[in-house]
Amino acid sequence: MSVEPVIGLEVHAELATATKLFCGCPNEFGAEANTNVCPVCLGLPGSLPVLNEKVVEYALRVGEAMHFTVPEESIFARKNYFYPDMPKDFQISQYEDPICVDGYLDVDGARIGVERAHIEEDTGKTTHVGGGGRIHDARHSLIDYNRAGVPLLEIVSRPDIRSAEQARGYAEQLRAVLTAIGVSDVKMEEGSMRIDANVSVRPEGSSELGTKVEVKNMNSLRSLTRAIDFEIQRQSDAWERGERIVQETRHWDEDDGRTHGMRSKEEAFDYRYFPEPDLVPVSPDAGMRDAVREAMPELPAARHRRLVEDWGITDHDAQVLVGNPALADYAERAVAALEGGSARDVVNWSTGDVLAHLNETGLSAEVLPLAPDGLAELVGLVADGTLSRNLAQDVLAEALTDGKRPERIVADRSLAQVSDEGELVTVLDALITENPDEVSRYREGDDKTRKKLRGFFMGQAMKATKGQGNPQLLNRLLDERLEARGEG
Amino acid sequence: MSAGGVEALASEVRSGARSGREVVEESLGAIEDRNPDLAAFLRVMADEARAAADRVDAMVRAGDDPGPLAGVPVALKDNFCTRGVPTTCGSKILDGWRPPYSATVVRRLVDAGAVIVGKTNLDEFAMGSSTENSAFGATHNPHDPARVPGGSSGGSAAAVGADLVPLSFGSDTGGSIRQPASFCGVVGVKPTYGLVSRYGLVAFASSLDQIGPFGRSVRDAAVGLEVVAGHDPADSTSIHGDAPAVTPRLDEGVEGLRVGLVRELTGVDGLQPEVAQATSSAATALEAAGAIVDEVSVPSAAEALSAYYLLAPAEASSNLARFDGVRYGLRVDGDDVESMMAATRAAGFGAEVKRRIMLGTYALSAGYYDAYYGTAQRVRTLVIRDFDDVYRDHDVLLSPTSPTTAFALGERVDDPLAMYLSDVCTVPSNLSGHPAMNVPFGTDAAGLPIGVQVLAPALGEPVMFRVARAIELAALEGVSS
Repeated sequence: MSVEPVIGLEVHAELATATKLFCGCPNEFGAEANTNVCPVCLGLPGSLPVLNEKVVEYALRVGEAMHFTVPEESIFARKNYFYPDMPKDFQISQYEDPICVDGYLDVDGARIGVERAHIEEDTGKTTHVGGGGRIHDARHSLIDYNRAGVPLLEIVSRPDIRSAEQARGYAEQLRAVLTAIGVSDVKMEEGSMRIDANVSVRPEGSSELGTKVEVKNMNSLRSLTRAIDFEIQRQSDAWERGERIVQETRHWDEDDGRTHGMRSKEEAFDYRYFPEPDLVPVSPDAGMRDAVREAMPELPAARHRRLVEDWGITDHDAQVLVGNPALADYAERAVAALEGGSARDVVNWSTGDVLAHLNETGLSAEVLPLAPDGLAELVGLVADGTLSRNLAQDVLAEALTDGKRPERIVADRSLAQVSDEGELVTVLDALITENPDEVSRYREGDDKTRKKLRGFFMGQAMKATKGQGNPQLLNRLLDERLEARGEG
Repeated sequence: MSAGGVEALASEVRSGARSGREVVEESLGAIEDRNPDLAAFLRVMADEARAAADRVDAMVRAGDDPGPLAGVPVALKDNFCTRGVPTTCGSKILDGWRPPYSATVVRRLVDAGAVIVGKTNLDEFAMGSSTENSAFGATHNPHDPARVPGGSSGGSAAAVGADLVPLSFGSDTGGSIRQPASFCGVVGVKPTYGLVSRYGLVAFASSLDQIGPFGRSVRDAAVGLEVVAGHDPADSTSIHGDAPAVTPRLDEGVEGLRVGLVRELTGVDGLQPEVAQATSSAATALEAAGAIVDEVSVPSAAEALSAYYLLAPAEASSNLARFDGVRYGLRVDGDDVESMMAATRAAGFGAEVKRRIMLGTYALSAGYYDAYYGTAQRVRTLVIRDFDDVYRDHDVLLSPTSPTTAFALGERVDDPLAMYLSDVCTVPSNLSGHPAMNVPFGTDAAGLPIGVQVLAPALGEPVMFRVARAIELAALEGVSS
């Protein structure tokens, strides 16, 4: 009997509000340690939290985008446990009454249920100095409270995911949704999106849930897939050997590619949740709900459908664009500015050279020096035969770097294609005359030889035209000449 | 300090008839004389007070109005954050901590021209009913140094009771303003929950804590309340809109007002006969002044104390978690961070605080939450409902403030339950969030002050103060004796 994996994901997304969840301190990544702090986010005695309305609005957007129900009232609760980077030694979170309940996300045709999304505050960040960076062996620890009180949305899926690949798909889709509605930067590397996976296995066909293991510490989608695959394998092996799976939290180790059980205390944590008495229930009124609904941007799934239908592009290309909304915006603006060529041409350039450039430079498409209508211009130059695809690639590389218009580059570097038949015939006739040996070897040779020599003549022709000879035209003219001699 | 009360004192300073400096020197002198015996103050802010008084005087000279409390010396319970001035909460764990900010109430007082003269003693983290739980020693009752001033705001009550300041402030979580006011023979007010900002008040039990004034008279307390009351955006539980005006209608009398004597609170166990007698005399006096008095029942009031001693410790166990030695206050080193935290808390907290943290932690534990915290919350809902029922046909309620007059120092320190019982009449108003206040009404055979409690529905401060004023007038006329 084989086993089936059952996976649920808990995603913590930092909300990209200007200020923190319960105070007016800036919510920004990378500031000097302990500069974005105040009595409230430091949890000083006597300080009180005041809810940032923007966070509620962002949560409502998520509610709308992920088909959640947003109850009339949701309630903040205190999660009590001692930890040095948690200023109050309790975390303000939501427990029994979260702001979003019972939503879903469609991932490649499968509907993944999403149990809840709740608002909570982030903790500070501890750096353990000495002893291998672990708290228990450290010589001392440094705490930066800039992150304390940053708003998080914890989004908890149902155990509807059946493979590591599907988990990745869910995470990608979630990331695309959160980006599209502008609520989070969702950068796993910077920790603005953190994913824990609950993994269990059960006999194929069973509807019961097995003992689940919580896997933490994955800081990229790649490590998420690897960690889940490892964990499925580990549990399947254990299951086949008839071993009991222990409910525990396991850490993913990127270096050795394995999950490791954490040195855990035997008893489960008792967080002693109770309603946060310093805050009132969150009850977004009809006005706020309507405003959020009306301002909802197009969601990734809808955009995907539209791009495939309107532009005739592949699912894969649409997925690449939707996964990078700034690039999709860029492509849409370029398509709107087209004077020659097709949307598919724009998409090919966008998902090819433009995306490669973005990945290389780490830039977002929003800040590219080349405006979208510049890309449209390039597509036009290729479509009307002014530029070969090869030369267009060079031109685009330059345009993307310094923002120069493609037409300008073509003019400055005299790159326009030679499509004058007379000029090309002169070049080819001279080549044929100068290389009689090659011509006769071509005429007598097998396919392999002919192919090789054809390449030789094309190369020489390109060299003679400084790469600007129109390749289609050159091909036709060369064929005519080589074959004519062959027959004669 | 001033026979005419806080308003007269402030108007003398505003008119330039007396300087703020002169007034504050008088207060500082009295503190210097009496505080060594009373121990009402943990810290006297003499230099800061003189500088503040000079600023008030400079404003007066410049023709500016320093505000309704111009030059009035004010004492603050030492659980109010005062920027740059040590704030101890009567605990070793905060010894030496100087808050980088001031409580909203402190800012409002200073903006109104008040001169903060010092921080007063309290039971550690406001947990207690005698001020004997302070890590810095007990405060003595100004009427009898062998007796407690009540608590937890014992220092603020004693400071007004001994006439060291005309106005002081405390916090009331289960009676911590009203009970010491009763023991010290002064007026003490717990306002409606949310009427006064808690921002900068070091929390004991967030859903019950409320700041309020102590004064020599009902009018002085009303003036003090009006200065600090009103919406504060920094406190999410703060009531929106304008605070009800109390002083304009203070002397309108009680003609036609319906007053209920709460049966469950006038018949509590251990009620001192003279206290019972005083409460009933106060009712009679109100009747004589035109009020309609009858006996009413608030059945759940009898359960309130038990519910309070689950809810307040539960919240406290969480509020006091932050005192862990990591960021401020005391730190006792240990081998690792957990043992450092444990050692710090073991050394820094006193016995009563530890007892309540244990109680509260237990009440919130998995498996016990519903039986303890859950049941207590349901009792709280009942208390609110019972009060709502009674207020449908009553304007205010009347009861003793505390079952007894001031008890002797040391008498109840080893008997927490006896100590807790001294809050039996005050706790219901904290659970309901309603206002209540103590009005002195005569003395017992030993000459110790007796207090009567006036209770009102939410935001019923105007009518509550009118009734308190009528009781005060009756006391002045000797009806209480």
